[in-house]
Amino acid sequence: MEVSSSVSERQVLSMRIKCRSISRGTAEGEVLLTHDSISFLGNVDPKTGEIVEPEHELFGQCIKDKVLVFPHGKGSTVGSYVLYQLIKNEVAPVAMINIESEPIVAVGAIISGIPLVDKMEKDPFEVLKNGDHVKVDAASGFVETEI
Amino acid sequence: MYLTKEEEKTLEGEYGETLRKAIQILVALGDIYGADSLIPIKSAQIAGVSYKTIGDAGLEWISDLEGKVKVPAILNPAGMDMLRWKEMGIEPGFARKQQEIIDAYESLGIRTKCTCTPYYLEGFDARLGDHLAWSESSAVSYANSVIGARTNREGGPSALSAALVGKTANYGYHLDEMREPVVAVTVDCELSESDYGALGYVTGKSIGSRVPIFYMQNKPSKDELKTLGAALAASGAVALYHVDGVTPEAIRSDFERPDENIIIEKQQIADVYEASAEFTEGGLDTDIITVGCPHCSPEELETIARMLEGKSIQKEMWVCTSREVAQRCAEQVKTIEKSGAKVVCDTCMVVSPASNNYKAMMVNSGKALAYVPSMCRVASRYGSIEQCIREAGVVDEN
Repeated sequence: MEVSSSVSERQVLSMRIKCRSISRGTAEGEVLLTHDSISFLGNVDPKTGEIVEPEHELFGQCIKDKVLVFPHGKGSTVGSYVLYQLIKNEVAPVAMINIESEPIVAVGAIISGIPLVDKMEKDPFEVLKNGDHVKVDAASGFVETEI
Repeated sequence: MYLTKEEEKTLEGEYGETLRKAIQILVALGDIYGADSLIPIKSAQIAGVSYKTIGDAGLEWISDLEGKVKVPAILNPAGMDMLRWKEMGIEPGFARKQQEIIDAYESLGIRTKCTCTPYYLEGFDARLGDHLAWSESSAVSYANSVIGARTNREGGPSALSAALVGKTANYGYHLDEMREPVVAVTVDCELSESDYGALGYVTGKSIGSRVPIFYMQNKPSKDELKTLGAALAASGAVALYHVDGVTPEAIRSDFERPDENIIIEKQQIADVYEASAEFTEGGLDTDIITVGCPHCSPEELETIARMLEGKSIQKEMWVCTSREVAQRCAEQVKTIEKSGAKVVCDTCMVVSPASNNYKAMMVNSGKALAYVPSMCRVASRYGSIEQCIREAGVVDEN
């Protein structure tokens, strides 16, 4: 059958990269990557999921339904609640990948049920690029990407 | 990180979604900071209370939780006096949301006492070596430094998680090696009362989040240590300090003097009073005086009551404290209120939006001096309790 062959084809052409699981869950989507850290309070509009900080690399872009890849969070601890607000407003990322997570984003991801991983065995900025389709499995602790 | 069988079951969701998320937060923080296990805590103090800070997002999250806390838990100051909010100039819409937040916490079994000084309340008498999960920065500083108990500066959700699970992750200030002083601060002059807030305000800026040990000319009281720690945590991010020969761990451990030494001179303390007085020269007149940051102790209420007895004041003045301490000190509260000053409970000048109704505030707290200008956009000047009361325009009743 066509459907199963395409599934197996994808399995063949995919690469699994181990990582640490911070917030459990599994999701897949399109990569949106930034080298800038993110303060969810102030940098992100909780109503639209748009990055509103003019100095930010992702200024004007929307994080809704993306697999958001960024080094780590920063700024006010209220940022945790902003992630919860993004989920409630249905404009949150489907998953997040950090270089190394810190408490604001870790706590925000957990209370919001957004899968979050960090410490990938390969540098996410080398193996991932914007628009890649990836699966984040924070239950088993890996990121799966097409190659 | 090692988890017991019970903890594993909680993490798998056997005891419901709220506890699953709560323990997941503790484990995630433990992993981030390299904790080996979860440890039981004696009490929790939870931040994320003022509607001004957490907004609808925070309210929604707390309302969605279920279950009851496993250890005594109380709250940070709210955005208003829960009974006298109208008198403070709070909008009814804000008051309604604030009450909803308090009710949501109450349904989780949390005592709805809103204070940054839990250590004055019954059931929160921490002792040397006790493990806690407290949030508010001055409370954390007091617990660690003055009491010798052990707590990290918890965020709102992590303190709430710790209260629900009855445990916290074993890292940071729970560990002996993180509690040793790394920088010496030598104070070159004798200090009293609000000088300690000025000292914290000056020192915090240069030591960031490191653990200092102070070498002082004279011995500060507990109230003076409270004001020092609050300012250190606000102008810097100090969660633990020692005072040679005074604080319990400095007495017990006889720490080696760190190599790095900062000297604080009399003029630096004087500068805090003088620098902040400059705004009056720019034509701003103080229109409110606030004391009780951190919340007043019974002894401080007694001092203020003695100074205001038989007097009346001309300007708006708030004396902030916890409701429990105010109830315990009914006589002093009556004397203070008779002068025209308000004893404001459950809140303070930093977290209440009512501060925005004023242009220039006089404070006797280094913490308030660090936060009020930026968080409330109200100019602030610094003074001792005597100067504050004089500024309020005190006159004899007769």
